[in-house]
This record gives sequence, structure tokens and C-alpha cells, in this order.
Amino acid sequence: MDHVTERALQVAALRGTSYADVRTVRRLDERITVRTGTVAGASRREDEGFGVRVLVDGAWGFASSCRLTVAEAERVADLAVRIARASARAQRRPVRLDDRPVQRGRYETPVAVDPFSVPVETKVADLLAADAAMRASAPLAFTDSTYRAHREWKTFCDSVGSDIEQVITSTGAAIEANAVDGDEHQRRSHPDSDGGVRGGGYEVVRGHALQAHAPRIADEAVALLSAPQCPPGRRTIVLDPSQLYLQVHESCGHPAELDRVFGTEASYAGTSFLTTDRLAEGFRYGSPLIDIVADATAPGGLGTFGWDDEGVPAQSVPLVREGIFVGYLTSRETAPRIDRQSGGAMRADGWNRIPLIRMTNVNLRPRPGMSLEEIIADTDDGLYLVQNRSWSIDDRRLNFQFATEVGYEIRHGRLGSLVRNPTYTGITPEFWRSCDAVADERSYAMFGTPNCGKGEPSQSADVGHACSGARFRDVQVGVGRW
Amino acid sequence: MVTRDRAPELVVAERLLALAERAGATQAEVVMLGTDAALTRFANSEIHQNVAERDLVASLRFVAGRRVGVASSGRLDDEGLRALAAGAAALAGVQPELEEPVVLAEPGPLPAVRGGWSAATAEASPELRAEVAAAVIGAAGEAGVLAFGSFSTDADTLAVANSRGVRAAETVTRARLVTICMGADGEAGYGEALAVDASTIDGAAVGREAAGRAVRSRRPVTLGPGTYPVVLEPYAVVDLLDMLGTLGFSALAVEEGRSFYEPGRRIASQIVSTWDDATDPAGTPTAFDAEGVGKQRVQLIDRGVCAGVVYDLATAARAGRRSTGHGLPAPNTFGPVPGNQFMAAGDATREELLAGIDLGVLVTRFNYTNPVHPKRAIVTGMTRDGTFLVERGEIVAPVHNLRFTQGYLDALAAVDAVGRERRLLAGELGTCVVPSVRVAAWDFTGATGR
Repeated sequence: MDHVTERALQVAALRGTSYADVRTVRRLDERITVRTGTVAGASRREDEGFGVRVLVDGAWGFASSCRLTVAEAERVADLAVRIARASARAQRRPVRLDDRPVQRGRYETPVAVDPFSVPVETKVADLLAADAAMRASAPLAFTDSTYRAHREWKTFCDSVGSDIEQVITSTGAAIEANAVDGDEHQRRSHPDSDGGVRGGGYEVVRGHALQAHAPRIADEAVALLSAPQCPPGRRTIVLDPSQLYLQVHESCGHPAELDRVFGTEASYAGTSFLTTDRLAEGFRYGSPLIDIVADATAPGGLGTFGWDDEGVPAQSVPLVREGIFVGYLTSRETAPRIDRQSGGAMRADGWNRIPLIRMTNVNLRPRPGMSLEEIIADTDDGLYLVQNRSWSIDDRRLNFQFATEVGYEIRHGRLGSLVRNPTYTGITPEFWRSCDAVADERSYAMFGTPNCGKGEPSQSADVGHACSGARFRDVQVGVGRW
Repeated sequence: MVTRDRAPELVVAERLLALAERAGATQAEVVMLGTDAALTRFANSEIHQNVAERDLVASLRFVAGRRVGVASSGRLDDEGLRALAAGAAALAGVQPELEEPVVLAEPGPLPAVRGGWSAATAEASPELRAEVAAAVIGAAGEAGVLAFGSFSTDADTLAVANSRGVRAAETVTRARLVTICMGADGEAGYGEALAVDASTIDGAAVGREAAGRAVRSRRPVTLGPGTYPVVLEPYAVVDLLDMLGTLGFSALAVEEGRSFYEPGRRIASQIVSTWDDATDPAGTPTAFDAEGVGKQRVQLIDRGVCAGVVYDLATAARAGRRSTGHGLPAPNTFGPVPGNQFMAAGDATREELLAGIDLGVLVTRFNYTNPVHPKRAIVTGMTRDGTFLVERGEIVAPVHNLRFTQGYLDALAAVDAVGRERRLLAGELGTCVVPSVRVAAWDFTGATGR
């Protein structure tokens, strides 16, 4: 335990706290952007600081600082206690934490190739090569090729003796081709539209094979300019994993956050239709094919760690089992309110933010049976929708609408012509109940959402989603006037 | 508060510039971003989160000929600054040369702004925030609903120094109270106040506004999808300006062909005018941008016609123009953005706005909007926290939240009345001063129901 942490815990104890924890976080972030053949940005950012969270009279207080000195530790711990006492003035239900045992240990993301040891010239060259391959293949208006590596060194110590150290690393790269003609602007990206970020090192970037995929997406972006508009109607849709992961994120991950259910996100992110009575009644969330877990142990996930940011060990928590809603993403404070132990989903965006319930890796499990290709072959008439372009869902996570970058007509089991600007909309449980096929593990892949927003002050989280693709029946597509 | 040379942030910036020069920079720019922020959050009519943060980060744009590297760090001791300069230099050293020279700002007059800083906000205590929260909670309680929201008090510092002699530092304050009141059946209402001076925010008034909407939202009816005239409250109008600011009124979007903007193109009705003006004390005044360029007023829409876009140094250089002072910190691949938008007030009272509707909808605010087709500015989202059916000019019932898929340019073209009152509100890009508007046709494409 370092001196800053030690002193902050001492001061917190002297001021009469019933519980305190101190997190120190150092973050290193490296980004490179190549835009239409030019290095538009190359940056490296480093920051560090600590945050002190205390419980006084059953109320939380939190304060933080970038100055890692013993004097600042005293000021910040003192301020956290003062804030907690102010909070207690307008509090009706004292906070009660579950009885998590003392935790000690170390965790490090498995990394094959340290992204920070790969020369910057190599990273720039990889991006420039992919960018050039896009522009050589088709007449594009502009291109984007991005790289990001992020590493966090963090410690967690609490007033009951826990002492944890973690090193979390994520790396990603992606390419995007943009074609413009008059009022039409079409985009195709690879490997996803969220920067291709995964847990791990530079092996993630190499695995994406950006240059190899560049001509395909460039050609498709241009082809979409003259493709027919996605016609409105009720259709069978097959969602590629590159779209399905965000469907899981928005319509299962967020509504399963127990703090939303209890209203503490109501003023910003909203609440949830998955109220606690639905947990008790065994609410049918989806068809019997739907198994969804929040798995903080999944390899390669952006939500993979050793412990969450209140010292709860990583675990896999079932959220939906055979279509029945069975669990939430929880914290030490919220879990006891439904007579459970924390599932370890408290995560903070750095040293200067309080931990909130966040997704870990919310994964739709594959189903033995058909591959994704076999599901398409099994579909007589439908749309195959690939790569997210746009998303929107209401504050209770019921009414959603998504757009994908590209749609392909499915006729008699074969992929046919492109359609542009495909959209689909629905109501969450009706949609998931209409699922009649989930692809097997052959297309099961991990995706990352490195920009999940929540909380006030705002926090951005890295969360993961693995899925394999699925088919849904009788879905409204082609929404709006075009 | 604007200072030229005495701010402590500029002292650090000077040291960093000297280190950059010693490391071989031909040009350099330092941006210091500081925050002293606090926020009290309440839900179910009790405070559940209460936080404070102090942070200061230095960012160095190191230019070596036509090569650029940017490094940032919160470590501001001698060792930290040396490492920062070395890191930026190393990044620059391995870049390919840019086609165009890098342009940094030259020293120039900054606009004299006033009203951007308040001691009441900078020195706001957790006790003050708890009192405001208690006032909101009290107003909600009187109406028989619960309060959810947050009250934040922030002091943010921006300091810019570069090798051409720019030296500018400024601290501005913001206080923002956000409230949603909810009843037992999920009925919800919204209220918000934004101010430079925290002492001007009336928690009880915001609480009453949100609680009133929640009470009026009880027992909603279902309205089917269709095209209806709407009155958009200022909270919803913010989303229009924010979205169009991102999609169209950025010089980078125009340069890349992804903007709807064309000089002289009519995109809105005659009664719609918008502009960006960071110097107007009616908004949230700031004097300069993250490149050290003085803020300029930019007309975006003039009586319905595209009038201008905002520039930063890079887009201005490529277009042969001068920056309008809308640059973000380097490396900025997002382009310049209008962060202080205004919409001209009209002459309609609230009653007159509603009176023009035979069968339509009053929308308080939108939720989770996202462009479906960026170049045509087609956007989808939901209504939230107060959606009402209007018949023959009167609010007759609350309605369940509705999904829309709407061209925002089409909406501006269909504006047939603008309210006379304007509100200062927070948006995604910054802040906006906006009235209510009436739109003759709005495409609702789905409903949630309950």
C-alpha cells in the first residue's frame, strides 16, 4: 500500500467513517488517426490520481485529486467525509453493503504483443497501408483509419484490509470508407464501427487484417450509393454479430443494470423495464434460445478484469437463461436489496469518478445447431443486416431503432443484392421472443464498445459483447420517409 | 476571468514550451485544461451520490517541420514535463510529413467577454448543493412525486500558449440543475436550469416545473404513429441545434462532403435564424478556443438560408479563410464545432404556439437521438418526460412516449411559429439559448406504450 492510500484511509477512519476505499489509477492512452492518407492525429496521454470513497452515517461521499501527495490525501479524505455528511442530510435509506470477504491479489490482462513496445512507425505504416488500400480500390470521399491502445495500472485498498493491484490493457484498430454522391453518404467499416478494440495487445490489430479487408469495404461503400433504398415492411432479419452485439448492449445490458432499476440513473440514462417483480415472476425476456451472461472472465473482452472497482472478484452472472430473465448487473450496495451478493459490476472511469454499475462482457451465448451461413441458407425471404451505423432506444430500454451500414436481400437461402440505409425497430421483449435461430460457435466472436456513456458526471466505459448472429421473425424494417 | 500572462497554468505552459524548443520543435503549442468540479446527485428524493474532482492536464503539440506529435499528462513536476516534451517529440519524429504546413495561432486581440465566471459557483460548497437538492425534493414532495436529478458546480480553466507568442488563460464557471420528477405509475416531468452563477438557480422553481409536468403526465393515452404538428419546448429544440451543428455547420464536414451545408441554400423557414456567439453574456461566455484564437460570432442560418460554418485553424487554412475561434484541443480529428448556439426569438406566446394546432403533440424533450442518415440530417429518437396531446389549441391529455424518424432540415423548413421566450440550456456541444418552436409536420414512427 502506498503512502497516499495509507494516509487517506487513516484520515477517513479518524473522521468516523464506517467504510472507506481508495483507488489509485494511472492511465496511458495512445491514439493514431489517419484520415484520407494523412496522419491527422498522433497522441499519447497519461494521467494519474486517486479517489477516496467513504460511508458516513449510511451516506456516500467521494472526492479525488490528481496530486498524489500525503497532504492532498488528507485534504481529499477530509472532503469526502464532509461531502458524505452533506449527503446524509437528504437521505432516507442508509446504504448497506454486502459482506464481501477481504480481497488481495494481482491481475493482468494477457497480452501477446505489448502495444506500447511496438514502434509508432509500425503502427502508422499499418494504418497508412490499410488507408491506401481503401482509396486505391474505389473513389471515396474520405477515409478514416484509427488505432488505440489503453493501459490502466490501478490499486484498490479498503478499510477492511483488501489490497488489489491490476493492469488492464486494451488495443484496437479499424478502418472506415466513406462514399458521397449528392445527398447520399454511405459508410462501410471493418472490423466494427466502434474502433475494433478488444482486451489484449497488438495481436488484436494484426488479427483484424485491415489491409486485406480494405478493398471490400471501399467497394461496398461506393456500391451502396446506387443500391436501392431498404423498402418498408415486416420482414425476417438475420443480424450479423457486428450488429447483434449492439442490440445486446442496448436492449439487454443496460436494462439489466440494477441501479437503473432503482432509479439512480433516472435523470440521465433512464430507468429499466426489467423491474424487480419481473425477476421474481420469471419474466419471459426472449425465446428459449436466448442465453445471456455478464461474464467478466471472458477472454479478450473489454469488460474482463480480476476484480471490479469495489473489490468484488470477476465472475460470470446469468442474466437471461433459456429466455427467462434471471439476474442483474449488481453492486455491493444494490445486490442486498434483492437478497443477492454483488456480481462484481462496479466500474469507474478513472481515478476521478465514483464506480457505477456497468456492463462487463454481456454475451449472447451461441447455440449448437446451425452456423450463421446455415441460418441464412435456411431463410426463404429476409434481410441480412451487417455492421451498426446508428442506434436509439427509449429511457426504459423498450422501444429501439437501429440502422446498419449495409443490408443484403436473402432470397431462397442465398444472399442477393445490397440495400442501402437499412433500419429496423421493435419492442425489446417482443423482438427477443421472435428469435428462432441463434448461430453456433463458429461465428461466435468478441466485440467491444469502448464508449459506453453513463452517470453524472459523465463516465465512459469499455464493455465487451460476444455473440454469433441470430434470426428474428416479423420485424419492422425500412422506418421513416426516405 | 481572462488573463494574459499571470495565470499559474501559463507558468507551466512556458516551461513546457521551453522544453519543446530545446527538444528541437520548430513550433509548439501548450493547452492546459483544468477543472474543479463537484456534483450532487439525487434519486427517489434522496441524495445518493456526491462527488468532487480537481484535475489539471497539460497537452503539448510538438511540431517539427511538417511532423506533429501530441502528448498529454497530468504530471506537471519537472520530471513529468520533461517526459511529456520527450514523448511528444518522439511521436513527431516518426511521423510522415504532412502535405500542408502546420498553422498555429498568432497573437491577436481577444474579445472582451464578461459574465463568464462567478464566485458563487467557483466556491459552492457541498452544503449549498445539498440545500438546492433539498429544495427540489421539497417541491416534488408537495406535488406527490419523487425527484431525481443532479446539481453540478464547475470551474473550468483553459490556458493556451504557443511559440508564436499566444498567451491566454481563462476560468469560467457553470452551474446546472437537472430534475426529473416521477410518480408511482411512471409518469415523468423534466426541468432544468443552467447558469454561470449558481446562486441564481432556484431549486424549488425547477422542482415545481418538473413536478408539474409529471402530475400532468398521469394516465397517458396512446397516440398511433403518424405525421402531426408539434410544439417543441426549448429542451427539445436544443437537440435540433446540437445535431445540425455536428452534422452540418462544421467546416470539416463541408470539406469532406458530408454536410448538408451549401452557401445560400434555403434549409429552414424564413423565421428561423441561428448563430454561434461565445461572447454574448446571455449564453456562457468564453473569449478564445483551444488553439488560442479569439471567439467570433458566426451566423449559421440567416432567415432560413445557410449563412456560414465555423472554422478552426486547419480548416480555415485549407479554405483560405481565418479561424472563427472554434478549434478543439489537438489532435482534433472531429473538426470545429459551434459550442455556443443561439436561435432567434419569435413573437409567439406559449398559448399562441399551441393555438395553431388542431391535432398535434407538445414535446418537452427528446431521448437518445442519433442520425440515421447524417447528410440528410434524418434523426431518430424518442420523446421523454412530458409528451402531451394538443387538440384545438389546448393540451387535452398526456400521451405515451413516441418514436420519431424525422429529417431535422425538413423540421426547420416546417417551422411556422417561434416563441418569444428563450432559455439557456446545456447541449452535447456546449450551451444553447433557444425558444420553443412550432413545426407543422413531424414524423412519429412508433410508440412505446406501457
